[in-house]
Amino acid sequence: MMNFLLSLSIWTPILGALLIFAVSAIGAIGEHSSSQQRNTVRWLSLAVALVSFLVTLPLYLGFDTQATSFQFIEQAPWIPRFNVWYLLGVDGISLLFILLNSFITVLVVLAGWEVIEEKQAQYMGAFLIMSGLMNGIFAALDAMLFYVFFEASLIPMYIIIGVWGGPNRVYAAFKFFLYTLAGSLLMLVALIWLFLESGGSFVLPEWHALKIGMAPQILLFIAFLIAFAVKVPMWPVHTWLPDAHVEAPTGGSVVLAAIMLKLGAYGFLRFSLPIAPDASHYFAPMMIALSLIAVIYIGFVALVQTDMKKLIAYSSISHMGFVTLGFFLFNSLGIEGALVQMISHGFISAAMFLCVGVMYDRMHSRMIGDYGGVIHTMPKFAALFVFFAMANAGLPATSGFVGEFMVILGAVKTNFWVAAAAATTLIMGAAYTLWMVKRVAFGPIANDHVRHLVDINQREFLILALLAVCVLGMGLYPFPFTDVMHISVDNLLRHVAVSKL
Amino acid sequence: MLQNFIAPDLTPALPEIFLLSMACAILLLSAFTHRTRLIAALIGPLTQLTLVGCAVLTYLTMDTQTVLTFSNMFVDDLLGDFLKLILMVAVTTVLVYSRDYLAVRNLEKPEFYLLVLFATLGMMVMISASHLITVYLGLELLSLSLYALVAIDRDSSRATEAAMKYFILGALASGLLLYGMSMIYGATGTLEIGGIAQAIDNHAANSGLMIFGLVFLVAGIGFKLGAVPFHMWIPDVYQGAPTPMTLLIGSAPKLAAFAMTLRLLVYGLFDLAGHWQAMFMIMAVLSIALGNLAAIAQTNLKRMLGYSTISHMGFLLLALMSGVVGDDKHFALNAYSVAMYYVVAYVMMSLGSFGMILLLSRAGHEAENLDDFKGLNKRSPWFAAMMMIFMLSMAGIPFFVGFFAKFSVLLAAVDAGYLSLVIFAVIFSLIGAFYYLRVIKLMYFDPPIDTAPIEARLDMRVLLSANGIGVALFGLFPNMLMALCTATLIHSM
Repeated sequence: MMNFLLSLSIWTPILGALLIFAVSAIGAIGEHSSSQQRNTVRWLSLAVALVSFLVTLPLYLGFDTQATSFQFIEQAPWIPRFNVWYLLGVDGISLLFILLNSFITVLVVLAGWEVIEEKQAQYMGAFLIMSGLMNGIFAALDAMLFYVFFEASLIPMYIIIGVWGGPNRVYAAFKFFLYTLAGSLLMLVALIWLFLESGGSFVLPEWHALKIGMAPQILLFIAFLIAFAVKVPMWPVHTWLPDAHVEAPTGGSVVLAAIMLKLGAYGFLRFSLPIAPDASHYFAPMMIALSLIAVIYIGFVALVQTDMKKLIAYSSISHMGFVTLGFFLFNSLGIEGALVQMISHGFISAAMFLCVGVMYDRMHSRMIGDYGGVIHTMPKFAALFVFFAMANAGLPATSGFVGEFMVILGAVKTNFWVAAAAATTLIMGAAYTLWMVKRVAFGPIANDHVRHLVDINQREFLILALLAVCVLGMGLYPFPFTDVMHISVDNLLRHVAVSKL
Repeated sequence: MLQNFIAPDLTPALPEIFLLSMACAILLLSAFTHRTRLIAALIGPLTQLTLVGCAVLTYLTMDTQTVLTFSNMFVDDLLGDFLKLILMVAVTTVLVYSRDYLAVRNLEKPEFYLLVLFATLGMMVMISASHLITVYLGLELLSLSLYALVAIDRDSSRATEAAMKYFILGALASGLLLYGMSMIYGATGTLEIGGIAQAIDNHAANSGLMIFGLVFLVAGIGFKLGAVPFHMWIPDVYQGAPTPMTLLIGSAPKLAAFAMTLRLLVYGLFDLAGHWQAMFMIMAVLSIALGNLAAIAQTNLKRMLGYSTISHMGFLLLALMSGVVGDDKHFALNAYSVAMYYVVAYVMMSLGSFGMILLLSRAGHEAENLDDFKGLNKRSPWFAAMMMIFMLSMAGIPFFVGFFAKFSVLLAAVDAGYLSLVIFAVIFSLIGAFYYLRVIKLMYFDPPIDTAPIEARLDMRVLLSANGIGVALFGLFPNMLMALCTATLIHSM
């Protein structure tokens, strides 16, 4: 049982999605009324999502925090012709993302409960398939397996943005797909090169141990950088993200921000740093500079947005800048802080997008200017919204603070001015988030549409409350999160400190 | 004289002989009884049975031994048997997909079935050729049947024009090939492929003349594959021909052309690999670039798939040119088995995507424009998913067979040291992804224009679904087909 947990976490949602497609196809032939049909699909989707989340829990409970090696290893030959293995395993770095992903998927299913009227089975199925594929990315220890999951995860997202997105959805869907594909195709060449260089292996731990000269390391680093920088996204290849976020349906934005962006950052830790450590050190100043540009410049860009989703999208880029900054400080505070920041951003950005979704479902507008005084008509919602905005700004006692504080501490160890520049995010974050909240939630009621708003129902409250508990819990007591990653991060740092030349 | 005559061993050619006999029988049947409706209705199933019988015979006589017969003009080896089996599957699929389309257009005549059978025979002869004359015989039998098939709709001026273009350019290519063969005969004094290889090995060949002949051979092969700069016929013929003929031209003959390439260049002129690889390199680069760029501008799906074929053939050439590095020949097995895998995968995807056009076509409506696929997800989610599988597979997105085909080609090419060429190919497959994604966009994001229900017979629906699921399953478990291709080549080289 314990040995199939990772496979279960990947294939349960995917097979569940196929089941949902089958049920809805049979229902379409039968005489069921459409509302009955929709109910079946919704409850089935929720069941699949919950089961998929439950099978990931034993991963956390059974995880040995003291072990330095990968755990829950599964190994089977997949393509013996090219020595590709179905090799799965997690360490402290990837474990939390699998849990986060499965958790967010449950929320996404709940969030799409009533809003999605068209092709609901396909909507739910696409998210479940994507959840499975992304678990595969985090669990894969064979580079080809990783790559295959990495690219395949583009397909459901492309469909989600294109079918259920906003007015400009086609442009956004294409931009999302082609941008990401552009990055990952070069990575494929790098993977093939490494396969040949390592004497015919795609196994990641073997690649980590492989000696590589400086010149190839630099090229590899650049190939990985293009792939992962697009995904993170780092400045200046971030432009697809605001478009994708704005046009995607709420669930799509949530998954994009909470999980998909993390894939790029995760890639840095799994590929760039351990495979090309010397090149990583060589490029560290550049990476830090790019990260700081993302933090500061994108912070300013976020300030002037008039569209709430776009604002949160830019805020995501800025927060992800913190993550890449933390990685390239090469100390445990930096990397752990970055990982905490990733998890925390997963909760907070998901919550922010869900909040915007709640308002959008009622008003069909994302423009800040169309709102004002929402607190008068939606007090419960406004309380939660303000709380998440505070967390997004990095208020102490919320999870947003923990990661940022750790990264800034890590930065002080490296260079005071880097830390000082990074710390401006606390001001910038507060500025753009709180100003948005002020304009949307506070003040007098701006117009009749706002006057007729109805407060959140129990389902919406449940989703947001769950996230609020996570954000607050992680902010007050981050130990269960950092404890898991500690040994793995130290291990990685030791590995990166040794030159491969 | 007669005392010296030794009766050839006929058993290696048993499937071909069976096919020929059946084709002749069907010909007689249709010639003398074509007024009887019953008999006319029998010809289709009879053709199918012939192909199945031929496949069964091929399978039963399949072994790892290589046997030459007919004075070394014909070879029966595992490579041939394997390709013939896939060929039978492909042609049978073509017949199932085409039937409705032809029936409603009054084109389902005995000629169609006969020409398909003769084309199949031609392809089988090409696959098993071990002599330049046999190669040419097979090629002409195939080509002449295809020219006639393209023109089978006599009243369509577009199809006639396509047939003319195909015929003129095809005849030119055959002429070039024949000219090249005569040069090689002049240089080596033999027409046997094995003999040619020996003559080159013994340095008995005039090398200047050899290379001169080689250029013409490569041009002929390039034409058959449809690689730039010998691609001109592809878009016009693909678009102009009735869709079932496009389906046929776009699938099975690629197997035969691949076999012909192997027989001529690898079995015959392997020692000149350095020369023909260099020519392939130019053709590969141009094909990948032009195919992908030109496909973007198309509004006709058949034409778009035509350009996509060109780029796929570029990838095939990329694999074929990675067999020999300098004088090092140990890359050969990997490179050619990868090329074979690519061809088989391509045939599978090509059958499916042209099959989709046939599925959506009905009396008085050709679903060959991109816009005809608009909103397919609302009309039939299942077949929209199948088309999505074909398109993603062609674009080289995992988990579909096309991805692993591309991946293994790229791996072989990097192994042979063509890193920059691989980066080039990868960038152009990104450009290519755009037009495949556009088809998915039309099906999923746009509202339907055409809302007529899909009326296709059950056998076509089932086979097309199996085709799509096959593309997905061979992608989830790619090893089987890869290993089969490798094992086949190990026993045949």
